[in-house]
Amino acid sequence: MSDIPSATRPQRGLANGALAWLGGVAVLPVGGALRLLDPPMRGMQRVIGARRMAYVFLLPNFVFFGLFVFLPIGINVVFSLTGGTALFPSQRPYVGAEQFTYLFDCGSYLDPASCREDHFWRGVANTVKFIVFQVTAMVLFSLVTALVLNKKIRGRGFFRAVYFFPVLLSPVVVALIWKWILQRDGLLNAAITTLGGQKILFFVDPSWAMFWAVFVSVWAHMGFYTLILLAGLQAIPADLYEAAEMDATPRWRVLIRITLPLLWPNMIVVIVLALIKGAQTFDEVFVLTGGGPGTATLMVVQYIYETAFSSQVQNFGLAAAASVVLGVVLFVLTLLQFAAARRKEV
Amino acid sequence: MATTRLSSLLGQRRNGQGRPLHWTDVAAYVYLALGVVLMFGPVLWLVMSSFKTESALLEFPPSALPFAQVEVTVPGQPQKLPLFRVTLPDGTVRQLAQVRRIGLVAQMVDPANPSQQFRVAIDKREPVRHIALATENYSEPLQRFAFLRFLSNSVFVTLVATLITLLINSMAAYGLAVYQFPGKQVATIAVIGTLMIPMTIILVPVYLVVTELGLTNSLWAVILPGAATPTGVFLLRQYMLTLPKDLIEAARMDKASEWQIYWRIVMPLTLPALAVLAIFSIMWRWNEFLWPLAVLTKTEVYTLQIALNAFQGELQTQWHYLLAMTVVTLIPVALVFVFLQRFITTGIGSTGMK
Repeated sequence: MSDIPSATRPQRGLANGALAWLGGVAVLPVGGALRLLDPPMRGMQRVIGARRMAYVFLLPNFVFFGLFVFLPIGINVVFSLTGGTALFPSQRPYVGAEQFTYLFDCGSYLDPASCREDHFWRGVANTVKFIVFQVTAMVLFSLVTALVLNKKIRGRGFFRAVYFFPVLLSPVVVALIWKWILQRDGLLNAAITTLGGQKILFFVDPSWAMFWAVFVSVWAHMGFYTLILLAGLQAIPADLYEAAEMDATPRWRVLIRITLPLLWPNMIVVIVLALIKGAQTFDEVFVLTGGGPGTATLMVVQYIYETAFSSQVQNFGLAAAASVVLGVVLFVLTLLQFAAARRKEV
Repeated sequence: MATTRLSSLLGQRRNGQGRPLHWTDVAAYVYLALGVVLMFGPVLWLVMSSFKTESALLEFPPSALPFAQVEVTVPGQPQKLPLFRVTLPDGTVRQLAQVRRIGLVAQMVDPANPSQQFRVAIDKREPVRHIALATENYSEPLQRFAFLRFLSNSVFVTLVATLITLLINSMAAYGLAVYQFPGKQVATIAVIGTLMIPMTIILVPVYLVVTELGLTNSLWAVILPGAATPTGVFLLRQYMLTLPKDLIEAARMDKASEWQIYWRIVMPLTLPALAVLAIFSIMWRWNEFLWPLAVLTKTEVYTLQIALNAFQGELQTQWHYLLAMTVVTLIPVALVFVFLQRFITTGIGSTGMK
């Protein structure tokens, strides 16, 4: 687990004070409850022994994991193998792999219109398209930004914050900010008409809608990946650069021969993380375009959500089958991530 | 003034080596300046727009600052009338109030002399405007929609979920960090395993579990499923592993119970890591969207995010309320960012979690 810190060191100054305060506020009410729990826990310890108290400590968290993660994985499989519209598995008839064959029933996988469940395949096609553009743009822009922020510039902390702050905004807020700018009488169209152009209805044109979906998602998440790359850049030993400077190596050569090769492990982490997040794209795009125009920006997760929850016939089986497919893809990507993380450690 | 400062900034020689400014340094500053505009601009535009009146929002091209038309009381008129700067046929320019508009002609009156009426072609008049903050965009949603309800729902979910997360995650982390017991390996792998299962792929079955527990359309349906976070367990466990073992042994010598060691010794020492988790949890919960969208179908239990999404679908034309509500939703995040920015960015840089 290389993406977990060996130790999170307390920060200095203001952050430290704010932290202590925040921690204090968070722990205060819990502290009272914890004191009350002492007598029963002491009794428990007397019965089972100090060493087995470990299980008591693990229990609550694992009850939650069990109820909301492990059990659902099992139920997901059950759902995907049964049919009907009932929610409770006992009322659902077993249909075998029918949901999957239905989902995969296509004349040609390259043409969503030839599929029986064409929305799913449009979702797949859109998501793939989205990922290709988004991950490319994300890696490119976060790399450039990280390289720029790694220079000895004034106000580096400020600029880092500028690129980072959209990461904290909620997807709904991000989407609404841009929807307001991109609407028919919005700021961007005002700029276009001032420059002599025609108003563009961005969310009516499929290509524009996809472009803005990618753009907004890069805008919102770029800061996160920039920070990972920046941490990687700062971990490159300074003496390498000093040696290059002694030899009067040109800057572009330093970039190509030292910086980029040494940053490569972090780049892989960024690429794989962006792929994993990209495959699950839903909220920003959903609020921004609603999947439209038509199905031009419908993503796989939106398909799952709508099939299970917002269509007139709630088809839990089909949604679960699609989830299983997505889950397999994510699993493969996560294995890639672990492999990349291990390579980074070596 | 700004330019002289900029040139002195750019012309500065660095590293004490007297190396002149390279073109890449200039390019870097240009890139960063563009970045500031592109990243801050949209948010600034949102905030400024949220203070515009409904009619000012419909203007095209939009003005930068929130202007509103001046309105005057005219004796003999029941309502306040909008004020215009009118070019009269004889070329004089006067400020007149508009009584009504019929097609392309406006019937206008001189506020100082109400008996004098004018008929003016509408293209001969221009609104008289002043800068005014339309604070009613913020106050009216409080009465017209259950906005306070959504706000308190969001606050409740965020706070309660964060407290539960801190408690159960720290307990699990303590169990994994301090004890040797059969099954420890399995438990650790199970936690890693849950890292790989995002909500997006178990949406339907979690919905079933929540329904079986009788929690549909209650805020607990949003709070409970995400309360046990694998990232939290790992973060806290790694931190607890760095605490000296002697401390715990000494406490055991003093006949402290295991539970006491957990909450009186280990928890206080883990405060920095707990704070990190608290900040992340607050962010996650405040911004959570897909799961609440799936599980909350009654308006009374909407969180802010879900309410905003519902409004942007329903109130296409009511941007003035929507923008103001968006700003309110953004405020807590902005506050956290302003105070803890440095801390969060260094934290993410070193942990790679979000």
